[in-house]
Amino acid sequence: MTTRTAPHGAALASDGRPAQPAIAASGLRKRYGDREVLAGVDLDIPPGQVFALLGPNGAGKTTLIRILTTLTGPDAGTAAVLGHDLVRAPARVRKLISVTGQYASVDEELTGMENLVMIGRLLGRRKRAAAERAEELLAEFDLADAAKRRVGLYSGGMRRRLDLAAGLIDAPPVIFLDEPTTGMDTRSRGALWNVVARLASQGRTVFLTTQYLEEADALADRIAVLDRGAIVASGSAAELKRRVGTESIELVLDDGTVVRETTDGDPERLREVLNRYHREGRAVRTYAVKTPTLDDAFLTLTGHAATTEESPR
Amino acid sequence: MTALPASIVFTRRSVVHSLRNLDSLVTAIVAPVAIMLLFVTVFGAALDTTVGGAYADYVTPGVMLLCAGFGAALTATAIHADVSKGFVERLRTMPIRASGVIFGHVFASVLRNLVSTAAVMLVAVALGFRPTASPAQWIGIAGLLAAYILVFTLIAAAWGLAAKSVDSAGMFSFIALFLPYLSTAFIPVERLPDFLEGFAAHQPLTLVIESLRGLATGEPDTATLLRAGIWLAALGLAAAILTTTLFRRAAKR
Repeated sequence: MTTRTAPHGAALASDGRPAQPAIAASGLRKRYGDREVLAGVDLDIPPGQVFALLGPNGAGKTTLIRILTTLTGPDAGTAAVLGHDLVRAPARVRKLISVTGQYASVDEELTGMENLVMIGRLLGRRKRAAAERAEELLAEFDLADAAKRRVGLYSGGMRRRLDLAAGLIDAPPVIFLDEPTTGMDTRSRGALWNVVARLASQGRTVFLTTQYLEEADALADRIAVLDRGAIVASGSAAELKRRVGTESIELVLDDGTVVRETTDGDPERLREVLNRYHREGRAVRTYAVKTPTLDDAFLTLTGHAATTEESPR
Repeated sequence: MTALPASIVFTRRSVVHSLRNLDSLVTAIVAPVAIMLLFVTVFGAALDTTVGGAYADYVTPGVMLLCAGFGAALTATAIHADVSKGFVERLRTMPIRASGVIFGHVFASVLRNLVSTAAVMLVAVALGFRPTASPAQWIGIAGLLAAYILVFTLIAAAWGLAAKSVDSAGMFSFIALFLPYLSTAFIPVERLPDFLEGFAAHQPLTLVIESLRGLATGEPDTATLLRAGIWLAALGLAAAILTTTLFRRAAKR
């Protein structure tokens, strides 16, 4: 009960760890026909964390979100949101979550204001209270000017923001974002990143899926890499990068050749490398320190490159 | 947070949709009126003798059903859009009864089509329709129309849920537009081709049309009314069960 209304200060057990994971799953499996979409997924996400599920198209990200948001049941395994089992108590879970999908599920015939008021009314608010909350959220999501415009006339980015706002009417502690920035331009993406950062600062748990490595890098406290239905690695962005190797220095020599020397980040090693080239009489024109990117990490961890192509649907 | 308030919210939403889609609303009135004008003014003189009386009196109940069915068919595309565009999915992750959205579409369809059917009837009066129903019979006409719209809307809802694309959802409008031609809406059953006679004489549309005709002329036939009522109840129940099943099945995907 501690976490239900107080996402900010989730209760801590005696060992200092959060008493109740925001999202927990063990052995989740899902099969569509003879295609195994999820092949045993375990999760343990503490409250207040931004968790990114990174994976290429078809890795099973959307299926996992659909299970975690009660839309579909797993074939095997269990999962719980703030201690409430998804299969046994879906109604409980639905009070604690909100979901923003890849396809903004707002009503195009209605205005932004009408959309939010409608959702507020559905959640049991009175007309006045629903309207007040709608106005708050429209202002917060920079949609106040478009409040009275039909959503059919909104841009893609505006729709996503409205969709997200619709999910926040009852201020749920756990928020799912399924590829929130897929298909967005850079500016809208930046605006949405700010929103995620704000939600995190309010102590909410954010579970987001993405195929963009830099998005996971920028937003997430913890990243799990999902590939062919299984989590192949997880950790902070820094940890994942470390698993790939240490940093390296790239030297461009006077004759134009490029060489790479691995280092461990120690300046002494840099001095040693440069001295060696000096001794050998090979002049160094420029140098650059390279840290492994998440792209490198992805390639190493999955054996194939991350795709950043648009979703085909 | 019970089902009722949610259903009211959804009904209001569907009514707003109808009012914003004036094109569809106007089409739902204009198409039947155009068909009626065609039959009454172009073929009317020839058909007066066929039906043994003023053709406007004969044809109006059928045109009203055509209007009601055509308008109710819009529910198929509306529901298909809600399911395919993710709106229903959002509702399913909320602590509410998502099926209320279907209720909203159905109830709004009944309201909308009662209005458009009344509009068609007013045009019919201008064209010479002279009903002689008593007040009680008028209530019977309204009730029968409402029941017909309800049943037809439920069938449209099931169709919309089963449809794989917008186009196949929209096909229901064609069925609604042509089904009345296979009944006694425009021509008495004995004047229809032999192979159609059997079907046309017993299909539910004919029974509802004959019931409306009887009520409008002040001489309802109890047996026909009863048969129409049984048909509507059976079809309505079947369509409601089918709609519920399809709505649940759509969730499992």
